[in-house]
Amino acid sequence: MVIDGLHILHGVDFDVASAGVTALLGRNGAGKTTTVKAVMGLVPRTGSIRLSGAEISSLSTHLVVRHGIGYAPEDRGIFAGLTVAENLRLAEREVRGGAEAGEPNYALVHELFPELKARAGQLAGTLSGGQQQMVAIGRTLLNRNRLIIADEPTKGLAPKIVSEVAEVLARAAEAVPVLLVEQNLALVRRLAGTCAVLADGRTAHRGDTAELLADEEAARRLLGVGSRHPLAGGPRSSSTSSAASPAATPVVTTEVRP
Amino acid sequence: MHAALRWWPIAPLITLLVAPYSALPVPGLLDGPLGSPGSLQLIALCLLYGALATGYDLLLGRTGLLSFGHALYFATGLYGTDLGMLELRLPFAAAAAFGVACTALLALLLGSVSLRVTGIGFSMVTLAFAQAGAILVQRNPGGVTGGEEGRSAPAELLPSGLLGIENTANLYWIAVGYLVLTVAAVHWAVHSPAGRVWEGIKENERRVEVLGLRPYGYKLVAFVLSGALAGVGGVVYLLLTGGATPQAAGSDATLALLVMVVLGGTGTRWGPLLGGVLYTWAGHRLGDLANSNAVADLPAVLRVPLSQPLFLLGALFVAVVYLLPGGLAGLPARIRAARSARSVRTPTGVPAARPTGGTPA
Amino acid sequence: MDTVVLLSCTGLGLGALYFLVASGLSLIFGLMDVLNFAHGALLSIGAYATWWAGTEAGFSFWLAVPFGTLVGTAAAVMLELFLIRPLYSRPRDQILATVGVGLAVPALLMGIWGADARPFPQPALLAGTWHVLGATVPVNRFVLLAAAALLLLTLRLFLARTRYGLIVRAGVEDRAMVTALGIDVRRAFTLVFAIGGAAAALGGALGGLYFGSVNPGQGTSLLIFAFVVVVMGGMGSVTGAAAASAGVGLVQQFANYYTGTGLGDLSVVVLLAVLLLVRPRGLTGRLA
Repeated sequence: MVIDGLHILHGVDFDVASAGVTALLGRNGAGKTTTVKAVMGLVPRTGSIRLSGAEISSLSTHLVVRHGIGYAPEDRGIFAGLTVAENLRLAEREVRGGAEAGEPNYALVHELFPELKARAGQLAGTLSGGQQQMVAIGRTLLNRNRLIIADEPTKGLAPKIVSEVAEVLARAAEAVPVLLVEQNLALVRRLAGTCAVLADGRTAHRGDTAELLADEEAARRLLGVGSRHPLAGGPRSSSTSSAASPAATPVVTTEVRP
Repeated sequence: MHAALRWWPIAPLITLLVAPYSALPVPGLLDGPLGSPGSLQLIALCLLYGALATGYDLLLGRTGLLSFGHALYFATGLYGTDLGMLELRLPFAAAAAFGVACTALLALLLGSVSLRVTGIGFSMVTLAFAQAGAILVQRNPGGVTGGEEGRSAPAELLPSGLLGIENTANLYWIAVGYLVLTVAAVHWAVHSPAGRVWEGIKENERRVEVLGLRPYGYKLVAFVLSGALAGVGGVVYLLLTGGATPQAAGSDATLALLVMVVLGGTGTRWGPLLGGVLYTWAGHRLGDLANSNAVADLPAVLRVPLSQPLFLLGALFVAVVYLLPGGLAGLPARIRAARSARSVRTPTGVPAARPTGGTPA
Repeated sequence: MDTVVLLSCTGLGLGALYFLVASGLSLIFGLMDVLNFAHGALLSIGAYATWWAGTEAGFSFWLAVPFGTLVGTAAAVMLELFLIRPLYSRPRDQILATVGVGLAVPALLMGIWGADARPFPQPALLAGTWHVLGATVPVNRFVLLAAAALLLLTLRLFLARTRYGLIVRAGVEDRAMVTALGIDVRRAFTLVFAIGGAAAALGGALGGLYFGSVNPGQGTSLLIFAFVVVVMGGMGSVTGAAAASAGVGLVQQFANYYTGTGLGDLSVVVLLAVLLLVRPRGLTGRLA
């Protein structure tokens, strides 16, 4: 995978647990954001991405989302020129047939983030970083999703806000599985039961978060800062990756089981 | 590449140079035999536009700058030289130097302004400047430009070897010379250190900035060089057609250059030349076709579009953009790719090629 | 005094015409990053369809204008669906395709109806003049102004009050994020093309009143000034386009009258250059 000609993502293969928080870890530039963008269809990709058994890897972004994915991107993706209320209203999804989701769940969003109700008329661009992150997460909670993807939701936030965001994610994860991209290992330890680690554009480790973080050597090798180690083991060729694909598209194999 | 193969352009060049001595009839392509004044005039125009397109591609294909105002610099060279003779009574050579100097200066001035904005803003600003030039020429300030009529070059100030139908071959050789100059200048510039920065700017301007280089200066150099080459083209055009007309300054002239470059293939060495030659030739032949009896006898549904060269060219342009991304120059590679894809069906299940770490694909 | 009033009314009328073209151009560019070089062609299609309906087909003027607008809208929608949509992944080629259409359509119109200007039907109600502060001003200036004001109002209501308006405003900021919220932004693309095409075609129909005739090159020459307006108004901003349209129209008329024909057109370009130097993002830089 080439992003601005700088980064290559090749054989990424991991599962998201059917409940709770799964962390996607890795050093800066390991390909975490590219991986979630590939899941969302925001960058071209090949491979297999399954959501509750349904193959979504060939769908365009808006259809991926309608399958039930809430996405809070790395830069928060809020619309600065729109009000808080308009930002939320944009995330409302029309439900066809009405069998499933139902009304947008403003009650939940306003319960978790009372501030968003109070600031409904304010332009989102004038909010603080923490408040903007609330809008971003609030948008993912508005609809009934099968998966929530949060890409570095605590980046650049004050410690107090970080723990608020963590609370909300923990609460959200009670109802919906969450895929969390995060650098803050304390937060990961607290929230995530399982994790996948990316290095050099490949999955380098999958398993129990607590175990990985307890193994100091492995944690340093996979996540630590310092000199870049060549990874043990060759490149994984992902089992479902469709053959000899030119390295211009990421091969992501992801499964979210119901 | 085999060393001898690198010099293949010499062969067509020699062919071009000796063409005036040939009486070879080329039915279908040209009306008269190869060496006849009419044919030489048409070929010279084709080569002139091929060279202009090559110079324009320095911006579009090499630096990634979509300028909509290139005709302005062509017209400045054209009018600058013509008026240098008519108004300042300069001899031709001095007037030509004056015209090209004016062009380079104007390109420097307007380039330094328009390059302050990037992307499509740049396109619009260049378009606006070119439009200003076109209006100025049309409105005939002080009776200098001759308005709609344009102004003929003064015969008494032109060297006698460049006058009259019997000297068409000399004009033709000048056009060939201009083509060689442009191709060589573009080739040299693209392979200079600045050329590599242009390539970087085209791919990703941010990254050039990250490397600590200021893209602005490099883009300005490309803009001025490309403009100056167009100015020289204006001088050649003045000789070929014997006068300056306002059509040379219009936005249609820039769009024509754009069509030529895209038709031939942006960012390739021979694509713009090929596109320019084909476009100019087709423009003339389609003009003939439009007035021919074969078209006049057709039913209106076919006759009306066929009688409009600009319609055909516009439609052709859209078709090229759709069906032939990369232009004519990209065609051989596409055919080869299509053929190899058919013969070597990639078997599924082959392990993915090991990525070479960090090398951008 | 009466000269000033007449020039102001004419300048504003011309500005209104620019706005009819520039508003759609600005929305399309803001949302899709497509600089639509075929927008002048859409205006010409609207103008010729109105002219055809009003003369050859024998419709009344009041029927011919909606007919022309409708034809222009349909042309814009077809342009988006068949030419722009297949090229979504190739933004520069989208622009080039519109350039091709911008060349081909006027040539086709010229092939069918000739290069000469055709006199445009003038209904009696709009053919007269009004006396304003001692000046005699042709009524069609006010028709254009009313149409532009109505369009501005409608667009602002659309952007502020409707879901698609919300999508357009958000899309101007960040198109990818709009799709990441589960919205099929392509429908909004077609919609802004339809709106832009309708406005341009209406501009063509009413421009026929203003100029008194239609000719194949009209759209293209107006397009250039519309580009100037879009750049000045801040790409993607409707209100900015309205302000810039009025400014450009007035400057052009006054400068043409007081300094010499052609200098007004030049001064507009100079104004653009100065503005871009001082405020590279245009007057507003934001959609409103």
